[in-house]
Amino acid sequence: MTSEATVLNSTHSDPLKADQLKAARQARYSPGQSAHKFSLYLYPLVALALLLLVNVLLDPQFFSLQWQDGRLYGPLIDILNRSAPVALLAIGMSLVIATGGIDLSVGAVMAICGAVCANLLLLGDWSFPAVIGLAVLTGLACGLVNGFMVSYLGIQPIVATLVLMVAGRGVAQLLNQGQIVTFQNPDFAALGSGSFLGLPVPVWLVLLALLIMQLLLRRTALGLFIEAVGCNAKASRYLGIDDRGIKLTVYLLAGGCAALAGIIATADIQGSDANNAGLWLELDAILAVVIGGAALTGGRFSLPRAVIGVLIIQTLSTTIVVSGLPSKFNLLIKALVILLVLMLQSELFRNQLKSLLSFGKARGGKV
Amino acid sequence: MSRTYLPLWITFALVLAMFGAGASQFDGFASLRVVTNLISDNAFLLVTALGMTLVILSGGIDLSVGSVIALSGVAAALLIGPYQWHPLLAFAVILPCAAVFGAGMGALIQYYQLQPFIVTLAGMFLARGVATLVSEESVAIEHPFYDAVAEFGLELPDGGWLGATSLLTIALVLLMLVLTHYSRFGSYVYALGGNSQSAQLMGVPVARTTILLYASSSMLAATAGIIFSFYTYSGYALAAVGVELDAIAAVVIGGTLLTGGSGFIIGTVLGVLLMGLIQTYINFDGSLSSWWSKIVIGVLLFFFIALQKLLSHSWQSKAGGKA
Repeated sequence: MTSEATVLNSTHSDPLKADQLKAARQARYSPGQSAHKFSLYLYPLVALALLLLVNVLLDPQFFSLQWQDGRLYGPLIDILNRSAPVALLAIGMSLVIATGGIDLSVGAVMAICGAVCANLLLLGDWSFPAVIGLAVLTGLACGLVNGFMVSYLGIQPIVATLVLMVAGRGVAQLLNQGQIVTFQNPDFAALGSGSFLGLPVPVWLVLLALLIMQLLLRRTALGLFIEAVGCNAKASRYLGIDDRGIKLTVYLLAGGCAALAGIIATADIQGSDANNAGLWLELDAILAVVIGGAALTGGRFSLPRAVIGVLIIQTLSTTIVVSGLPSKFNLLIKALVILLVLMLQSELFRNQLKSLLSFGKARGGKV
Repeated sequence: MSRTYLPLWITFALVLAMFGAGASQFDGFASLRVVTNLISDNAFLLVTALGMTLVILSGGIDLSVGSVIALSGVAAALLIGPYQWHPLLAFAVILPCAAVFGAGMGALIQYYQLQPFIVTLAGMFLARGVATLVSEESVAIEHPFYDAVAEFGLELPDGGWLGATSLLTIALVLLMLVLTHYSRFGSYVYALGGNSQSAQLMGVPVARTTILLYASSSMLAATAGIIFSFYTYSGYALAAVGVELDAIAAVVIGGTLLTGGSGFIIGTVLGVLLMGLIQTYINFDGSLSSWWSKIVIGVLLFFFIALQKLLSHSWQSKAGGKA
């Protein structure tokens, strides 16, 4: 009674929250499986399929896969491999956005974790698991800082994570003393450029992260709690959900995902570049989550759809390369695609589009 | 009352302390030359931050300003160079175009109820994309007008020199001061940032104000791009990357609340000066590495946000809802 009343009240005072209420109801009755599951997956998948189709038309060899030296090679594998860091970021970012927050610091966290890895490997007396463990711990610590500021200090997520975004790159440069730190370690490098069962290791890492997170979120109540907090933090507190703890958890998870992404990026180039590692990737991750159909106001998330969003972005840049257009078109086309996706998410625009279409039909009927 | 001005006073005290620390440690720090250099080196950031203040006061955010700086710089360089336009004519075309660009973003935010963050993010990609499309290389500017402007300025004692761009920046600060604090448009902006629904009910023309707001932010960013072109004598599509974050940081350090509705133009000026002073101090010292400025600015950001939280705690509880 109380929860329903609170939700209804908030809806009454703010008609914009109708969508959130709908999402809340869906989340309540069928966690993780909304009634329109099919159509929710439809648009991103259609977009991805269209992009792939364009690629095949441009380059008939696009779907070709070659088996060489125990692993697969081909344009598709390239896309998967290149999307890995952003996909990891997007998995963490989905959860943060689902609580109505945003994490601008993930790119800087990638740089810090990369710097930690490179410097520890350079010291030489650290074992491989210890290096990975410390890097992930560093990422979690960064997430803890963000989460603490957002949940317990009540600071707006954009600003709270801006602090680490600005300072984090400085910390990474401090760790590297302004140099690009390179290292020789075949074990570690394999995380970035190695392969396992024919697929590149980064792809496996993404799949593993996706699987673990999906199990953690959808087989426990955590995912439902995250969506509840995103719909209405106050109402979920009255329901007995520890909304602050949930917010802290999502920033922790985002930090952990960023650490993994940083490890992959560092292993890939066998070095840590504090200035450029993960630069602006937070924006790509946010974009992927939005393309995947999540609203920045929070209240719902889907990890697979966010990953599809990442694949769309990566395929788009590959398409631009394959089409022979100069890479300078890259940003412009990306901007136009974002605008299109954004407009399609706006209910007003969809209604305008519908009335435009039906107007055309009516006229067509008359003629 | 004192509570409202406290963040402002703290930033002011920090600016003085930073200047005092520099002056006591280095010869020549406490000179008018350093002060005027501070203004001319940070002129483009200051002008950008003025527009950002307005947007943040309304409760929005504008991530596109860095790209707009680059785009207007490239456009100016191309129009003046290969197309042989007079610089003033080029500026007269660029500024309205920027205003239309900003108004477009404002319209998307207003009429389609899209989030400012993501709309201006798209704007950021769009402006940067158009800039790289037009010219991937840095375009040099050579024109008698630029030389004339570079020579124009106020000679001050103690090696101080206020160039034309610094004078323009000071004029823009004064203009924005009046516009924000002493005009109807300014009070509309504050009302919007306080609570857009109440503002609507009180009869504030919300749509017009929002669109004007983003238009002026883009126009100020384009002005900053032109100032930047006087500074570098060139236009480059990859210039001013990340300036939007510097501008947001300056606004926050200047005591403006990111939730909107509270803040001062003069605070932003102090915020930019403080960030500039930190950089100047590091330059003077010579042994400190540049990454310290990032870390210090991050710490300052945290300090001011925490301070604001502390100050606004009593009346924040009623706002509640989503953080």
